[in-house]
Amino acid sequence: MVEVLAARQKQVLEKGRDSYALECGKASTAGAVSQRACVFCGSRVVLYPIADALHLIHGPIGCAAYTWDIRGSMSSGPELHRLSFSTDLSENEVIYGGEKKLYAALTELITEYKPKAAFVYCTCIIGLIGDDVDAVCARAGREQGIQIIAVHSEGFKGTKKDGYRAACEAAFRLTGKDNDTPVSRFSINILGEFNLAGETWLIRDYYKRMGVEVACCLTGDGRVADIGRAHRARLNVVQCSGSMTSLAKMMKDSYGIPFIRVSYFGIEDMTRALYDVAEFFGDEEILRRTRDFVRAEVGSLLPGLSEYRKDLEGKKAAVYVGGSFKAFSLVKALRHLGMETVVVGSQTGAPEDYEYLKEITNEGAIICDDTNPLELSGFILEKGADLLIGGVKERPIAYKMGIAFCDHNHERKEALAGYAGMLNFAKEVHCSVTSPVWRYSPARIKAAEERGGALP
Amino acid sequence: MKSGAGVPVKSFVSTRNACKLCSPLGACFAFRGIEGCIPLIHGSQGCATYIRRYGISHFREPIDIASSNFTEAAAIFGGKDNLFTALDNVSRAYRPAAIGITSTCLSETIGEDVSMYLKQYETRRGQGLCDNAGHCPAIFYASTPSYRGTHVEGFHEAIYAAVRALISDGPAADQRRVKVPPRINLISGLLSAEDLRELHAILKSFAAPYTLLPDYSESLDGPSWAGYQKLPAGGTKADDIRSMKDAAGTLYLGFSSSPERDAGQWLASRFGVPLTHMDFPLGIENCDVFFESLSRLCEKPVPEFWTKQRGRLIDAYIDGHKYCNGKKAIIYGEEDFVVAIASFLDEIGVVPVAAATGAQSNSFAHRIRKALKNTRQQTLIMDKADFAGILEAVKGGGLEADFVMGHSKGLYLARNLGLPLLRCGFPVHDRIGGQRILHLGYKGTLNLFDLVCNTLMQARQEKFSSGYTYI
Repeated sequence: MVEVLAARQKQVLEKGRDSYALECGKASTAGAVSQRACVFCGSRVVLYPIADALHLIHGPIGCAAYTWDIRGSMSSGPELHRLSFSTDLSENEVIYGGEKKLYAALTELITEYKPKAAFVYCTCIIGLIGDDVDAVCARAGREQGIQIIAVHSEGFKGTKKDGYRAACEAAFRLTGKDNDTPVSRFSINILGEFNLAGETWLIRDYYKRMGVEVACCLTGDGRVADIGRAHRARLNVVQCSGSMTSLAKMMKDSYGIPFIRVSYFGIEDMTRALYDVAEFFGDEEILRRTRDFVRAEVGSLLPGLSEYRKDLEGKKAAVYVGGSFKAFSLVKALRHLGMETVVVGSQTGAPEDYEYLKEITNEGAIICDDTNPLELSGFILEKGADLLIGGVKERPIAYKMGIAFCDHNHERKEALAGYAGMLNFAKEVHCSVTSPVWRYSPARIKAAEERGGALP
Repeated sequence: MKSGAGVPVKSFVSTRNACKLCSPLGACFAFRGIEGCIPLIHGSQGCATYIRRYGISHFREPIDIASSNFTEAAAIFGGKDNLFTALDNVSRAYRPAAIGITSTCLSETIGEDVSMYLKQYETRRGQGLCDNAGHCPAIFYASTPSYRGTHVEGFHEAIYAAVRALISDGPAADQRRVKVPPRINLISGLLSAEDLRELHAILKSFAAPYTLLPDYSESLDGPSWAGYQKLPAGGTKADDIRSMKDAAGTLYLGFSSSPERDAGQWLASRFGVPLTHMDFPLGIENCDVFFESLSRLCEKPVPEFWTKQRGRLIDAYIDGHKYCNGKKAIIYGEEDFVVAIASFLDEIGVVPVAAATGAQSNSFAHRIRKALKNTRQQTLIMDKADFAGILEAVKGGGLEADFVMGHSKGLYLARNLGLPLLRCGFPVHDRIGGQRILHLGYKGTLNLFDLVCNTLMQARQEKFSSGYTYI
């Protein structure tokens, strides 16, 4: 039995054994070594891909240093987002206030880099030392002639989810600016797609082939001007729903744009994401083009997938990711590879998300919220997983236990979205699972001895 | 913030592409170098997660760091309850031998009196948090406000905290008796796991008992496991830290600890253990100082194994001298490391045209100049530097170089200058084996020498129109 701290007992359940509803949405238990980050992190990762904006982190150096170049978000033009700017507050500013330094930093950086807008991220101590960041931003913005937005992302003021909300509020302030540039009547915005390894370009191309224009992607390959006309698109398509549903709601309330939730990972979810858009417009030509496109893509994908599946059939997977929507897609995508998900969890899932995970997993599957290395390693051993899907923080857990790993986090450099991404995903999983190195892993040798199975 | 070459550089108030990290990071790694010690950051959840993530990409090992996970209420009313809950939970879940608490900008700004909290905690520590023999985890507290100093200060503060917590009492200095054979204290800087293994090998060869602190040679670079280890094995043993007061002397690598909070200084003043700070043993001359100091403290000659290695290093310097003499390098990183690299490059005739550190330092320029004994050219020396500033200074000053040498964040410089990057130091996030790079000792110097020569030879080879196989 895996030991679970008393405060976390109901954040873990085994399907078929436990009948309670999974607890979630709580602050992480102190001392539990959560895999979550903080409010600031939530804001930073969501806004990060806006490539022509200045991202200035107001606080001591750590928060900026640890998030320099942290995402694999690509840009087709400017790359200002790949630089790390910090007010680098020192003791004096903590005592006497950081407003002066913030103002000077904004002034010099905007003069030097000429961004189209600027975000100022407030880190933990900014609220405590009493800086009026909004006032500094307003003043510098007036003087520089660009919009400067304070992102209230003090690390301790909630969880990463609150950071997503703060980012959405900031992004929302850039909308509704451009009423002139023509926007097609078949136009959508994509929300929560971050152009990791060029995924936004791939998805944009899919919609284009259907006859649908992507007016703006928030925030992958993002531009301030594009966000300024996003309010004129007909539909918001929310991909990373955990991070950007709140922006979709704001845009619905203010501009009357309806939204749908989609996922671009895996065959079913990718296909659903295209059909949902086509059906929304109800245009015969778009529907026909979508059907043709999907048929062609799936048709050319399946033979490649079945090659990988031969080696992966019957293997077991553990999935621990940030958002639960990604977990849904991964459980389904793994099925296409003949793999069963025996452990699945997320950092920020909602009650209904965990209910859904219960529906799509088999009896005996472990479902967990905001888990930690000790629990996760225990579940992996208990359920005999052959693969862990997660981020860099989870990677050494897999490797030390001698099992394969696939990085599906926001800093990855492999495109895993779309049909091409599904094949890449299979290739990634296959590459790790079938490596001959596992034969030498003491953990795998021990497991093979105990269970009487063969070595991988 | 520059001196030396007199290059005009526009100065910025902001930091652009930082060449430093915050102090809790250094403290966490030092704490993981103590056996059975789990770091616990008193602050937001993000600090622990970011630092774990940063370390994992370098060491490629599990690095569990707990957090007291401040909430908004804790920031207003104080984080005592959160800290106590965290201590309870981490004791239950990990059964650690020690818990190394670090503060953060947040806890320091609201004025948390953690030392007082800990006194209260120890008196009311609950049942079930200690082992069957009644041993409770030792608790260390390092004050590491992220707005003061860099990760290097945090590293040394944690060492100081552990030494102070484990050594409470002892005979006064005048009553102390040095044991026979003499015991050696070696306090290390933030170096690679391989460096620490090399230091072990060197210390063992002198056949004297010793304490190497901290020691993450195993805990942050261990073998593959048969079963999950809650806290990876390895690290300086608490008893070995306690024995530091009885040593014949302390050798302290680097000069980055603050004089008032220097573990070696405290052992010297409280127990009369003589303290010698020295540059990292990297380069022949720094290594000589290190080996001679060990020899003196142990009252034994330097074993032949090392003198032969020294001989091979000199032999290699001579074999390779024509590939590197007169070449130019840009070096950066933490002060002690850059000073040692400068000294090494100077020995082989490579000119550091720019030497930079992210920390604010009054000693850096002086130390670099002192390290450059042979170089006649001016070196642009920058403290409080960031990568954007270094790039602009190099470009603005028209400085030409053959390679860039330092940790992997210098890729920004190397790519913008079209130069090869020789990765060393911390962190190395874009290659495998950063934790296994050997920098120290004659062998580590040889390793870096080969790297420098081979990089220059490859560049030369690539310039030839025909692919000569002899160079």
